[in-house]
Formats: sequence, C-alpha cells, structure tokens
Amino acid sequence: MTTRNFTRRGVMKSTAVTAGGLALPTIFTGSSAAAFTNEPTGSTVTLGFNVPQTGAYAEEGLDELRAQQLAVEHLNGEGDGGMLNTFSSKVLDGTGIMGKRVEFVTGDTQTKSDVARATAQSMIQKDGAVMINGGSSSGVAIAVQGLCQEAGVIFMAGLTHSNDTTGKDKKRNGFRHFFNGYMSGAALGPVLEQAYGNERRAYHLTADYTWGWTQEESMIAATEALGWETVETVLTPVGAGDFSSYIAPVMNSGADVLILNHYGGDMVNSLTQAVQFGLRDRQVNGNNFEIIVPLYSELMAAGAGEAIKGVYGSMNWNWQLQDEGTAAFTRSFGEKYGFPPSGSAHTCYVQTLLYADAVTRAGSFNPCAVVEALEGFEFDGMGNGPTLYRAEDHQCFKDVLVMKGAENPTTPFDNLEIVEVTPVEQVMYEPDHPMFAGGDLGECNPGE
Amino acid sequence: MDAIILQILNGLDKGSAYALIALGLTLIFGTLGVVNFAHGALFMIGAFCAVTVQRLMQLSHTEIDESRTDFLGNPLQVEVPYLESWFGPELGQALISWSVPLAILLAIPVMMLVGWIMERGLIQHFYKRPHADQILVTFGLAIVLQEIIRQFYGANPIPTPAPDALRGSVDFGVWLGFGPGVIFYPVWRFVYFLFSLLIIGGVFAFLQFTTFGMVVRAGMADRETVGLLGIDIDKRFTLMFGIAAAVAGLAGVMYTPILSPNYHMGMDFLVLSFVVVVVGGMGSLPGAVLSGFLLGIVQSFASMNEVKAILPGIDQIIIYLVAIIILLTRPRGLLGRRGVMEE
Amino acid sequence: MLGIGKRDTTILLVVAFMALAAPIILNPFPANSAMAQFNAGYPDLMQRFVIFGIFAIGFNILFGLTGYLSFGHAAFLGAGSYAAVWMFKLLSFNVIPAVLLSIVVAALFSVLIGFISLRRSGIYFSILTLAFAQMSYNLAYSVLTPLTNGETGLQVYTSDPQYLRGEGDPIVTHLFGLEMRAKETLELGPWAFDFSVGYYFCAILMLISFYISIRIFRSPFGLMLRAVKSNNHRLSYTGLNSRPYALTAFIISGAYAGLAGGLLAAMDPLAGAERMQWTASGEVVLMTILGGAGTLIGPVLGAGFIKYCENIFSKINENVLHSWFAALPDGLETGLVWVASKFVGEGWHLTLGLMFMLVVIFLPGGLVEGGQRIGRALRRRRGQDEPGRSAAKEPAE
Repeated sequence: MTTRNFTRRGVMKSTAVTAGGLALPTIFTGSSAAAFTNEPTGSTVTLGFNVPQTGAYAEEGLDELRAQQLAVEHLNGEGDGGMLNTFSSKVLDGTGIMGKRVEFVTGDTQTKSDVARATAQSMIQKDGAVMINGGSSSGVAIAVQGLCQEAGVIFMAGLTHSNDTTGKDKKRNGFRHFFNGYMSGAALGPVLEQAYGNERRAYHLTADYTWGWTQEESMIAATEALGWETVETVLTPVGAGDFSSYIAPVMNSGADVLILNHYGGDMVNSLTQAVQFGLRDRQVNGNNFEIIVPLYSELMAAGAGEAIKGVYGSMNWNWQLQDEGTAAFTRSFGEKYGFPPSGSAHTCYVQTLLYADAVTRAGSFNPCAVVEALEGFEFDGMGNGPTLYRAEDHQCFKDVLVMKGAENPTTPFDNLEIVEVTPVEQVMYEPDHPMFAGGDLGECNPGE
Repeated sequence: MDAIILQILNGLDKGSAYALIALGLTLIFGTLGVVNFAHGALFMIGAFCAVTVQRLMQLSHTEIDESRTDFLGNPLQVEVPYLESWFGPELGQALISWSVPLAILLAIPVMMLVGWIMERGLIQHFYKRPHADQILVTFGLAIVLQEIIRQFYGANPIPTPAPDALRGSVDFGVWLGFGPGVIFYPVWRFVYFLFSLLIIGGVFAFLQFTTFGMVVRAGMADRETVGLLGIDIDKRFTLMFGIAAAVAGLAGVMYTPILSPNYHMGMDFLVLSFVVVVVGGMGSLPGAVLSGFLLGIVQSFASMNEVKAILPGIDQIIIYLVAIIILLTRPRGLLGRRGVMEE
Repeated sequence: MLGIGKRDTTILLVVAFMALAAPIILNPFPANSAMAQFNAGYPDLMQRFVIFGIFAIGFNILFGLTGYLSFGHAAFLGAGSYAAVWMFKLLSFNVIPAVLLSIVVAALFSVLIGFISLRRSGIYFSILTLAFAQMSYNLAYSVLTPLTNGETGLQVYTSDPQYLRGEGDPIVTHLFGLEMRAKETLELGPWAFDFSVGYYFCAILMLISFYISIRIFRSPFGLMLRAVKSNNHRLSYTGLNSRPYALTAFIISGAYAGLAGGLLAAMDPLAGAERMQWTASGEVVLMTILGGAGTLIGPVLGAGFIKYCENIFSKINENVLHSWFAALPDGLETGLVWVASKFVGEGWHLTLGLMFMLVVIFLPGGLVEGGQRIGRALRRRRGQDEPGRSAAKEPAE
C-alpha cells in the first residue's frame, strides 16, 4: 500500500483559492462573472449524483450512491483511500479536488428521462454541481448527457449499455466507463463458440426499446459470425411481467438457444419463466437447449435466483477479479457496507475518481479542460487492467468479463462466476463502426 | 395447432390472475361502492406473505467454515437454516421449497385483518364522499403500503420458486394425443389455474348458497331496503371487504413463482385490473371473471409472432384496444348493470 | 376589471403577484444556509410549477366543472411536447411556432379521443380515456420510435434541418433571439434570486390561461358545464344535448395540456414517452383533487405541492440530515436521522402518500379548504365585528 502525499503545493493552492473566493463581491454579481458553468469559487466543489432511488432500478441506484459516497470520502482523505492507492495516476492526494473539499448532492431519476433531467437541472441550477454522475438506463443517460452538454457541465454516465450512448447520441461533455452492447457480443462470441459449437439456432426475445434493439443487433452480429443461425427475433413489451406467451413459441421453433435481450425486472421474469417452461431440460437438434443473458448484473442475478445456474452473460466488472485495484475497492466498500460492490457501483466510483483526477491534471474545473484531460487518457489500477478513454467517441475500452451463473454458490454474493476475462483488443472497434455511426461529439461546452 | 393450444393455456393462466384481482375489486365496488386504488397493493402484500413465510422457514444460524473465506478474506460464515439442521439438508430443503403454498395459511388471516383494518379505519369514512376523494385516499394508501414493504424487503425482485415437486413442466400434449415433447407446460401454471377456479367457485358458492351471501347480494342490489329490514348490513360489508382482500392476497401468494415479487408489482397491476373490471361491467362478478379470462386469452394470441408480423406492436395495446371496442359496443361492459358508477 | 367580478379580480391579482414574485418568494432562505435545501426558486423547478399549473388548470375545466374524470390527459401533454420538439427540429428554436402547434395538435388529438370517450360517462369514460392514453404511451415507447425516438425521448440534433433558422440565431430555445435559459441573478447579501426568461415566459402564459379559466368558470358556458355535473339526466330531459358542451370542455382542457407539453419542450427541448404514461395522467388528477377540484386556484396549489415534494424532498439525503441534526448528541442524532430518512430522499414517496391521505381525510375540499379554514380562524380571532362575513359559507373559490 502506498502512502498518500499531502503536497505543500496542494495546500497552498487551496488556501489561495479560498481567499479568492471570499474576496468576491457578494452584491449584484451577475451570472456572467464565472468563466464556465458553476465555477467553484469557495473552498468546496459540488458533484451531483443522479441515480434512480424509486422504481424498478432503485437498488441498483442505491448501490451506485454508496459507491459515490465512498469515492467522495476517499477524495477527501477519509477512509482507507480505496483505489486511490492503486490508480496509476498519482495526482490525487486526499485533499479533495485541487484543494477544494468535495461535497455532493443526490437526486432521484425514477428511471425516467424527464425526471432525470429535472433533477440534473436542479443540481446544476440550484446546487452548483460541476459534474453529474450515475444513472441506470440508457434512455436516461442519453437524455441527461444532452442536458449536461447544453448546460456546460461534465456528465459521467453510470450504467448504460446501449451502443447509442457513445454512438449516435455521443456528446463532447459526456463520458462512459461502462461497456456496451457491441462489446458484450464480441466478448461472448468466442466463449459461446467454445461452449456450444458453431451450429446453433438462436431465438431472440428482445425488450422493445432502444437498448434492447442495439443489444439484439450486437448479439446477432456476434453469433452469426460464429455460424449460428437466427431463427426468430421477437420484441416484448417492457414490463410485460408474464412472458409465457413469448416463451411458449420458442419450444417448437427449432431453436436450440434462447437469447434474452432483457434487463432488470424483465430479465428476472423472462429467465425464471423460461426455466419453468423446462426449456433448459430439452434436447433440440441433438443439443441441450441453452439460455443466454447478454447483460448481467449482480442484483438481477440475485432476483432470478436459481434460474441463472449455468447461464452465460457478460459484465463490465465484478468484485471477484483478482487485480489490486479491485481488491482495494472491494475491501473498502465491503468494510463500510458489509457486502461487495456491484458492477454499476464500481463504474460510478471509478468515474468520480477519474473526474477528480482529470480536473487535477488539467488544473481547472473548466469542462473543456476536463474533456481534454480525459480524452485519450490511459490508466491502470482501477480494475479491468489497462484502460483507455478513447478521444473519438468518449467510450472507455478495457477488458470485458464473461460470466456464468454459479452451480453451487456458497454465499449470496458469488452466484455469478467469472468464466473469462476477454482482453480489450477483442472488443475494440472503429469509432465509425456501423452500429455506432451517425453521431457527432460536437464542441465542448463550458456554459455561461 | 400446438401453438394455439399453448397460447390458450397461457391465456387461461394470465386470465386466472386477472380474474382473481378483478373479482376482489368488484366485490368492493359492488358491495361498498368504493373505488379502491389500493387493491393492487393488497395483491402485492399477498405476494410478500409468501416472501415472509419463505424467510421464516429459512431462519438460520451461522456456522463458521474455516476452510473458506468470504469476499473480505475473513473465514466464511455459512448460513444454515434451522430446518436443515433439524431434519437434515435434503428434507430441510424440501420443506423450505414448500413455503409458497404454506404461505396461504398465513395470507388468509393476514389479508382478512388488513382488509378489516382498512375498511374500519379508513374506507368506511369515505362511503359518502365523491369517488375522486376515494381515489385520492386509496392511492395515497397504496403508496404508503408499498413504501412500507420496500423498507422491509428492498426494491429488488425476490426469487420465490415453486415447491420442488411442482417446479418442472409436464408433457401436456401427450394427454391430448400429440406426439411427445410438443406441448410442454409448467406444472405450477396448471396449479395456479386450478387454484383460481377453486377460489372463484368458492366465492360464488358463498354468495349464492349461504344466508350471509344472500344478504350481501341483496345489499348490493338495494342497500337501503336491506337496512330497513333491520339487518346490520355494514358489518357484513366489512367482512366482504376482508374477503375481497383475501382473494387479492391469495392471488398474489400463488403468483410469486411466476412473477418474482417486488414492491411495485401492485401498481403494475392496478391499471390492468381496472380495465378488466370495467370491461366486465361494473358491479358484475361473473362479468369480472369472464373479462379476466377473455383479456388474458386475447393478450396471449396477440403476442404470437404470426399476429405481430401483420400488426407490429399489437401485443402492447391489445388490452386497451379490446376495452375500447367492448365499451363502445356494449355501453356497460360485458355484463354491467345500469346506473352503477355511471355518474 | 377585465370583465370579471371583484372577487375574481382579487384572486387573479394575488396569483399574478405570486407568479411574478415567485423567484423571491420561493427562495426565502439564504443560499448557503442549511435551510437552503428547501428553496425552490431556481428556474427549472419554477418553470415546472407554472407549467404543471397550466396542465392542472386545464384539467380542472373538464373535471371540476363537468365531473368527467379523465385518466388520459397525459396523452395530450405528450402530444404537445412531441409537436413542439418537431417544430424545433424542422423550423427553428423559436418557441412561438412550437407552442402554437403543440396547442393545435393536442386540441385535434382531444377532439378524436373526446368524441369517442364522451359517448360513455362515469367510470366507463375514465377507462376509455385511460385506454387511449396507455395505447399512445406504449406505441410512442416502442413502435412509433421513428416519430418519438422511443425510450430516449425526442431531441434536437445538430443534423436536423431547421429550415427557418437564421445565421446568428441561438442554438437553444429562444423567443425571437431572447434565450429561454438566460437569467439574471440578484444577490442581496447571503440571498440569491434567479430571474429567468423562460420562467417569466411560462408565468405570463399561465396567467393568461388562468384568466381564461376564470372567464370560462363565470360564463354561461361554464354554468352549463356545472349543470352537466350536477344532473346530466335532468339536463337531457329539458331537451338539451349536453355532449357538445362536454366535448368543448374536453377540447379546451386538452389544448391546455398541449400548451403545458409545448412549454415543457420549450424550456427543455426533449420529449420523453413517459410523459404519456398513466402515472402522468394520474398525477394531474391528484394535483387537482389535492388542491381542490372545482376551485380556481386549487389545481395550481396542488401542482406546486406535488412538484415541490418530487424535487425538494427527494434530494434530501442522509448527509444533509446529519448536517441538520449535527448539534444533537450522537445517539439522538442517529435516531432522528434514521427516522427522518424514511420520509425523504429515497423515501419521499412515503411522504407523498401520507400527504395525500392526510389532506383528503382532514380537508375534503383539498388545500384550498385548508387555506379557507386558516382564513376563517384568523378572522374569528380578530373579533366578532364582522359576523356577516364569517357566517356566510363562502364557495370554495
């Protein structure tokens, strides 16, 4: 473990800024005085954590919130420092960000684009947040990313897996640490080939909205590249609850693999019900019938219970990884809250640290300076090995995990096991790949 | 053909749930004239009765396994249910797996009590208030109930599997003369269907063949006259509210293996249950049951690929479309009575 | 004044004062104090207050006057928003065509739905409207994605044509060059007040809507609508067909909803499908009943109340609570924070549900009745010198 260094420079800088902040005239300062939106002038800087706290993704959101709180503690020099000790960039010294103590505000997105924009607006307009972090769905991420671009603050996306977030809806002020549908497909492909061979017939059930479609497109591309045949793709309404009328036709369709492009409650229900229908006990075309869930999360796996045993899927990150950064984060999160962090918690934690690091390296909170510092940034020590924030589309590139439902979990936390860590080269794609084409980062917007 | 039979089975199964919820809702409408937006919450509480029983049966003590470590590197603490240590792992697990059916025993008294408290504590003060007020107060209550459940059980869905013996699926097609392996259907869904027929039959028999039921039916038709005859109709209506709550709750208990319960499942069913009741016709119990099964079957057929290929997205709107068509051709739904909730 | 009675003029003036001075009234606490958490005077929330106020005022013209309880008004809100964003995409960021078209589209949409739904009354009417709105929502979320951009919400891209956009025009929504997001901040000592262009644009439209609604309430047409509510049968026996009146009210309230939707898009050019969901329809019903159905000012109060809960209570997290109770001894602090955290932050729904119940149980006339009771109590304390006024039971307006 490394010790944190409290540099003299950092301390001096912080006092200077504090003094400057106090010296500002407080009567009749127009909004035009700041160089960019919500320039922090006092001794603190405010980050906005915008996550679902009610509705179907509430647990996911609350876990993100825990991780963000932990990140703030570590930035302010409290706790054991977590990943600050393993992060390859060493400019963060536990004195906040550039000497300013980090504070945060929280909001409830309710997983609705409208509400998420309203809470983000309130963080920007009322609380003076310079950065918005978190969220648990692609629709919300894209909506809030657009808002942050217009308002001139940085957006870090949280859990969003749609190709569009860093594809056709990418924005200069927004970054995504999470992986995406294409990467899931690319990572799962070889593992599926090894496990199930080249002559499979796949049946897709897909949640009928943008994430579902990009996920389906990516999975079809990946499986057809293996030589698999796509028998049928069926769109299911979001929140259908009972999927029986979509699952029953799978039985006599001649398919021997069912791919569930569902997430959240839909995934829990469709997977549970598919297993109930005895699909996995069937033999079709001389093969065992298999089910695949391209995007896993710990919470959804817990919700599906025993149904996930032996089911393949992919993840952005999992606490069972063996690297130093993962161990450090899992330890400090686990000691504080009593259970290991989820993948989306990791994303939000890392994004908070990366933002702080970028500000410090840039020497400014100005979103344009931060964007410049993050674009093309390469680092290590945050889990997933060497990682790149690609400048062309603001997508993060790192190793992707292929997971499988564990046969004999001993605790509630290891119901998924890591099958393979797919190296980053294998999930890399060109920025103008057809699945991501059509977007434009635009110019960075510092606001005001 | 096999596809059609499968969809009929799916439709009957969906329909059982719709019919049970609509039945309870209509009991409350018909007897008390109250628009109960908390009815979905009663369904949800029933489901959480099953979760509670499951938790109770899994009550466990911790044993420390020195040979393995947990995620923090400490010795692993293994939770062993008391049932397993008393009866051995095999029998213990088998017993635990029966927690959903056993939950019926808990759900009946709990739901009756919840219904009684709701009626005496809140609803009875709203009989004479406008429907709008009833909606507001019961909607508020629904939110409060689901938030309370969330405080205890969190927001994530909780897996509540069916008993091991009833978990798989059966080759139903063989019974109908199809080849083996053509029509597989989950056992539990058959159980749910039969269970709902039992409950529906029970409620009808109760209203039809008991003196109590006769009085209640009379009260539904003309409350004042029954009152004038010196019968304390209020007390009977309170009990009817309890029964309606129990019907909703039992529907929830038995649905848990099909739909992992979460705290907002009541709200998810709320709109649908009102559509079912209104399509059936306000105040008509047979109407509610009929409409439940009808909408279930229609919805199942609308989700077939062949149908969706012609009309994309039809499965998303079919329930509402059918509701509109029925209400426009039959002014008071399938079997509704004149003058009920038309003001 | 303005063709309305003295009492109504007073109400209008009070509402006008409240609306215009809202940036000051809603920010009563110094910006850096612990109580600043409760300040609601920032542009986005104030805009929502008045926009949902318009929505509720319009809903009240239908429900408050005719008694027809529509559970599908969110469809018009959504249709208005989509129309407005399409105007931004095709023409320019000027809000005038967008708002105008949103009213027109929503009104046309409500002609269609109203004409069919009004063939039934009571709960059958409610379910018909609900069915239409849910169909709109489900389709907008999935199949109609080319038109609505589905889950993400319809937004303006730089690649959109914007045929009428001039060279130097702002790339944000504006009124002939005056940017909606522009604001002037007035700092008075520790207080900070935001005066935003967008807010005043909405507020003025809200006042106009409110004025029109007063005129409707007091007109012969309004009287006819009340007759529809109190006894539809008797009305039909007199040989009058009430349906055209009800339909007119339905269309007017649909147009109000469209205006609200258009304004939401004008303040923030993104239209999400969930604006059409039944929860959104239910919300405006709750706003109206909570505030006081059939009263002029009630719906506005209800709208403000619910939006305040949603935006302010949901943001109070445990950290904030700890800072409030920090002065107390440790055990007590933890206890208080634990209790309070159940009602705010992630638990804000619980507060909302309890408020619904308390208001409807103890104030059958909604928040307006609460205000009246306080007013009466004050008057009573002032003495018995005005027996005439306190004795007369004032209509809830």
